[in-house]
Amino acid sequence: MEGMGANQNNSAKPRARPIVRLGIFLISHSNIVSVVCFTAGVVALLLLPILAKNTYISENALMPGSANNMLSTHHVTDANKFIKDLTDMEFRSGASPMERRKLMAHYMSALDAEVTFHKFYPQFNQFHPLHFFTGPNSDIISENATCSSFGINTVGIIRAPRGDGKEAIVLVTPYNPNKVGMGEALSLGIAYSVFALLSRVTWLAKDIVWLVADSQYGEYSAVAAWLREYQAPAFRRVDIVNSETCNESSTFNEFGQGLCVDGKLNGGFRRAGTMAAALVIKVAEQGNQYEDSLNIYAEASNGQMPNLDLINIVNYLAVHKQGLRIKVKKMWSLLGSKWLKTLGVIFESLGQIARSLNPQWKFGIPATEYVEGAATLASSLYYQGLGVPTGPHGAFRDYQVDAITLEISPKVSLTKMIRRNEFILRGGRLIEGVIRSINNLLEKFHQSFFLYLLTSPSKFVSVGVYMISFALLVAPLPIVAAYLHSDASDSVPQNTSAEVDANHKSWKWLNSARKVLVVHIWGVVVSLFPFFLCQVPNTTPTTNFVLWGLLSAYSLPILYLILGSPIFEAVASRHEKNTWASLKSVTITTTFIGLSLMSVINFATAEIGALLIVPICLLARPLKLDTQARSWRTLLRASCNLMLGFIGFPPVAFVLLKGAFEDFYGINVGDYWNWLESLWAWNSATYLYIAVVHLPCWALCIHILFHPC
Amino acid sequence: MGLLHPKATFPLSLVFLFLFFLMASAEEEFLEELLLKPLPDRKVLAHFHFQNEAPLAAHSFARHHHLFPKSISQLVKKFHIKTMELSFTQGRWNYERWGGFDPISSHNAKPPGVELWAVFDVPQHQVDASWKNLTHSLSGLFCASINFLESSTSYSAPEWAFQSALGSLRYGTLPREAVCTENLTPWLKLLPCRDKAGLSSLMDRPSIYRSFYHSQRLHLAMPTAASNGSKSGIILEQALTVVLQPDNQKAGIDHVSTKIQPSWSLSSIFGRKISGRCVVAKLSNIYLHVERGPVTQLENLQKKTSKIAANDTGPEDYRRNSVFELSVTPERVHTELEKSSSSLYEYSIKDYKDIEQFDLGLTWKHPVVWSSPHAPLFASRFLMGSGNERGAIAISLKSTEVTEGLAAANNVEERCKLQVNVLQIVPWYVKVYYHTLQLLVDERPQVLTDFVERMRVSPSEDKVSPGVMELVLQFPCEMKSAVLSIEFDKGFLHIDEYPPDANQGFDIPSAIISFPDYHAGLQFLDKSQSKSPLLSKLQERSPVLSYTEVLLVPLTTPDFSMPYNVITITCTVFALYFGSLLNVLRRRVGEEERLLKNKEAKKGVFFRRLLTNVSAKLRGRPSESPLPPPSSSSLFVNSKLIFRVLIVAGIAVAWQYYSQ
Repeated sequence: MEGMGANQNNSAKPRARPIVRLGIFLISHSNIVSVVCFTAGVVALLLLPILAKNTYISENALMPGSANNMLSTHHVTDANKFIKDLTDMEFRSGASPMERRKLMAHYMSALDAEVTFHKFYPQFNQFHPLHFFTGPNSDIISENATCSSFGINTVGIIRAPRGDGKEAIVLVTPYNPNKVGMGEALSLGIAYSVFALLSRVTWLAKDIVWLVADSQYGEYSAVAAWLREYQAPAFRRVDIVNSETCNESSTFNEFGQGLCVDGKLNGGFRRAGTMAAALVIKVAEQGNQYEDSLNIYAEASNGQMPNLDLINIVNYLAVHKQGLRIKVKKMWSLLGSKWLKTLGVIFESLGQIARSLNPQWKFGIPATEYVEGAATLASSLYYQGLGVPTGPHGAFRDYQVDAITLEISPKVSLTKMIRRNEFILRGGRLIEGVIRSINNLLEKFHQSFFLYLLTSPSKFVSVGVYMISFALLVAPLPIVAAYLHSDASDSVPQNTSAEVDANHKSWKWLNSARKVLVVHIWGVVVSLFPFFLCQVPNTTPTTNFVLWGLLSAYSLPILYLILGSPIFEAVASRHEKNTWASLKSVTITTTFIGLSLMSVINFATAEIGALLIVPICLLARPLKLDTQARSWRTLLRASCNLMLGFIGFPPVAFVLLKGAFEDFYGINVGDYWNWLESLWAWNSATYLYIAVVHLPCWALCIHILFHPC
Repeated sequence: MGLLHPKATFPLSLVFLFLFFLMASAEEEFLEELLLKPLPDRKVLAHFHFQNEAPLAAHSFARHHHLFPKSISQLVKKFHIKTMELSFTQGRWNYERWGGFDPISSHNAKPPGVELWAVFDVPQHQVDASWKNLTHSLSGLFCASINFLESSTSYSAPEWAFQSALGSLRYGTLPREAVCTENLTPWLKLLPCRDKAGLSSLMDRPSIYRSFYHSQRLHLAMPTAASNGSKSGIILEQALTVVLQPDNQKAGIDHVSTKIQPSWSLSSIFGRKISGRCVVAKLSNIYLHVERGPVTQLENLQKKTSKIAANDTGPEDYRRNSVFELSVTPERVHTELEKSSSSLYEYSIKDYKDIEQFDLGLTWKHPVVWSSPHAPLFASRFLMGSGNERGAIAISLKSTEVTEGLAAANNVEERCKLQVNVLQIVPWYVKVYYHTLQLLVDERPQVLTDFVERMRVSPSEDKVSPGVMELVLQFPCEMKSAVLSIEFDKGFLHIDEYPPDANQGFDIPSAIISFPDYHAGLQFLDKSQSKSPLLSKLQERSPVLSYTEVLLVPLTTPDFSMPYNVITITCTVFALYFGSLLNVLRRRVGEEERLLKNKEAKKGVFFRRLLTNVSAKLRGRPSESPLPPPSSSSLFVNSKLIFRVLIVAGIAVAWQYYSQ
């Protein structure tokens, strides 16, 4: 507000302090500033693949690959025997899932491991409106768990011979005992070969836990159930287990006793110290055509990542020792896009020019590399932003354990024996190397980054770099808000007395704030609707979505009537002209606050959200004013606003994003519901962001667009 | 100590010395023994036991000794030690597989790292001082950082849960202490023959440190004479317990198929043989302890074949039977009182020639599966919760076959009770809330007072003392499982209390679970009062004791570059504060307003006045009339500025030019 006044009588005054002058300058040129900042933000985002650094092993104690591999063909032969026994059961008549577990337990205990079975009731995803941000709770036992639906994890523990048992490394192989695929059997084989080796080695300092997760109710839920029992057990007996109707439980007990012969198997749950790291091993069913490759999945809930060193070790060992081709997820649709290629070419030529000027400036990368990097970066951003873990490793991150999923995909189908041996040897040696590195570690993983985006398996963008683009994107928001606020207060008619004027100002601001608050409360209400919709039985996603939309649409006017009773409306209506500016200023401020908060919780969501919501927040202006002006500029602005408003609508944004990442085929309305359902089921903060920040801000922007000035 | 290295060229002097020794130290004794025991999981336990006794003669004690180490007697004399035990341990004792209900496990299974406890014979107020001095002395003696136990945060004074009725006891552990040869060497120096002769010559460092469990123990005791209650002498017990894996190439490969235990011999597990006894040792014996399991199986097998064989069990029969075969015939066999119980084969070491060396071997002929006797309850301890804020410690007790048998036996009689003593010591940075102590018996929450007989809690004091909780619990014998859980908050350490590098976390020392109603002891049929201290140790009725796991608590580790950030931000805040404060102090608001009013009066526009007022406030500058802006001075400033810029640029150019 002072800025404009200051500009007017600047000449008469002595020069203000530079910082104030700078502020005034920025505020008075907010249009240019916002355009420049936003463009710079987008450009900075596009530059990230170029700015990415090569990864390096930051923690010296890890020393990956400095020891010779001890995994030999003996272990592979043993593993092959194990696989054969396991797959042969498929053909034998009357082989129950329990038989398979027994077989695994037998093999494990033959290696002198402590074997236990962990029985769990899978938790079906349910919407708990107040369980966002709370840690995993042992008291949540889903009501609809029945006796018939339970899983049994098989757990083998090797105690380090001379270790003190304070720490453990966890190996996880998801496995469905009802239906054995070749891939799952092979992943078990790889884990078995490593386990067989580790039960004999003398260098082990941390205990090794091999969890064969029963994945018939999902890989994640099996691992999560085991972790819950490990970290936060409920000692109280669950009554479902003991009810008379459960025959299965008694058979389970019998079975547990049956294996207790040699004194190695004890029915109770076993633990092995604080977990240092966890590796989930999977083998893809169908391979790619060219070579053995390794996919790394690292994203856990709410965009949390494991320490970069863990990925670095895997990357180093896979590439330099085992000759595996390593991959991280990419956005395939971006790979073929023309504009990205052009951009890559431009950056490449810029880099060449720079190099010709000074040979020490090396920032250009080849265009193809740029496109690849951008595609990987986009997918990294997307999966972090989604806040849903990309595999069973996500369950570990909830307990501050670094974990990744390694999916090894073979070159050809693994029916051939010789090929299979080599495959197991490679996979086993990789896992052995990683475990040996982690085993060396005397500390927690702390040395490398936790906040990063990957642009390729060996390149990353750290938080210090990628937050620049976000900062640039949101920087115009407070400036424009300040400008609008001062503008709105300045243009108050000046024929009234000072007090009334002051009153008007505060009233107007409060009016807009109240409106914004009401809309945000509406957002909270909308976010809670699914909880009630879930209670309605027998609904399809589409009807749920439609119901939700209707409820949301109706609840807004109702809430407005209840909360937004026009206390100051009479006074405010006299200056109807400028209310939109004040409203926009408050909206922008709340958007800024919301985005900043979100960037702390899940940076990627905030980044994507800023890309969607910031343009419309900056541009929003009543269409009426624009159409009245009738210059090409205002018309362009109006159409831009309409388009951005359309894109900003959450379901539309979802369809566009999904189309960009997967494809447009077969998208229906119900998908949005399903997507949101998955978000809240995984306790993703993105759901809260969409409902409490994005949706109200978007609604307010639309309100401004159709403001009756 | 010339007599330790008797030279063949001076036999006469040797004899003379030996006689002299016998005369002078009629009561100083040294005995060496070794107990070997095959374990159910294909491993072998070797337990060396050395005992050194000295009389408490006032004139020569701690001044001159023939066999007893002088350094230890000086320690005893100086710090008035009544009883003391120091142990260095690497690895964990596997209570499940190696047993928890025998004298070896309750005396020699120790928590990883260093454990030290001592009872002093001094007035109460001097105990702490004696302890501190003792830790420093031991630290020097054993090349270990026992001196860290000096700090009052690391030791405690349990009153009755650990070693009852011993008086002024101090107890401390260092779970992180690494154990290696430099701790063993000073320990061996206390032996009269070191490791040059006798049983200790078996201690080949690589094979000992390759073991799965390694614990060296030093125990000092002052037995009181039965007649007058005064102390008669001092007994120094040194024990080394190792669990070794017989190096068997064949068994390593097809371990899945064969069930036969690996055969071993002294030379295969230690890589050495015994060439003779320690000359000064009064007793030098080797025992082979075969547990109840194999003996029972052997008897069953013999019953089948007894029709053919005559029923005499001569020593040759012990040596060679259908289950195993020994390479040397035992001199004596001790069997336990009960039917079908463990037996002990005794060998005494004579002086051997160079060619003929003692090498005891055991070859298994028949696959035997057995399990060692377990403690009444199997205790394990773990941490619950995650994150850097809070957590919980849980001690879970599970019944084993011992209590199951008891519950069946005592069904008719009055309710049988099982007493369990728990001693839990927690460092101060784990802030335990004792009111959150919960007890669940058979998965049902129970009222604590129904089960707790006695309880003593001394809460921790920040940076002064650890928290100690002693519990005496009475459980019904038919109980299947019990869980004790207690919640804690993680405290913050001072910056210099953190280890210099990033750490994995901090340790909570092992809890001690003891069962005072149960006594681990073997009753041998042999009535002949053997002088062997190891045998008497085995027969001693001592309460069953087990240690739980050491826990690792990850504490919040600060970013140690943080002080820099804090300094920066504090300086910024201070600068802003003082800047604005000076600004406020310097400004004269009244004067300012008066001038402004004058000015506004000229213009006569109210709104303007308001705006300028506000803008002036914002700028924090007195909005006085612009007095000193003569154009010349500003020009001067500008030229000066340009001049400076030029100088800097010139320097930069020069630098660039000369640096290349």
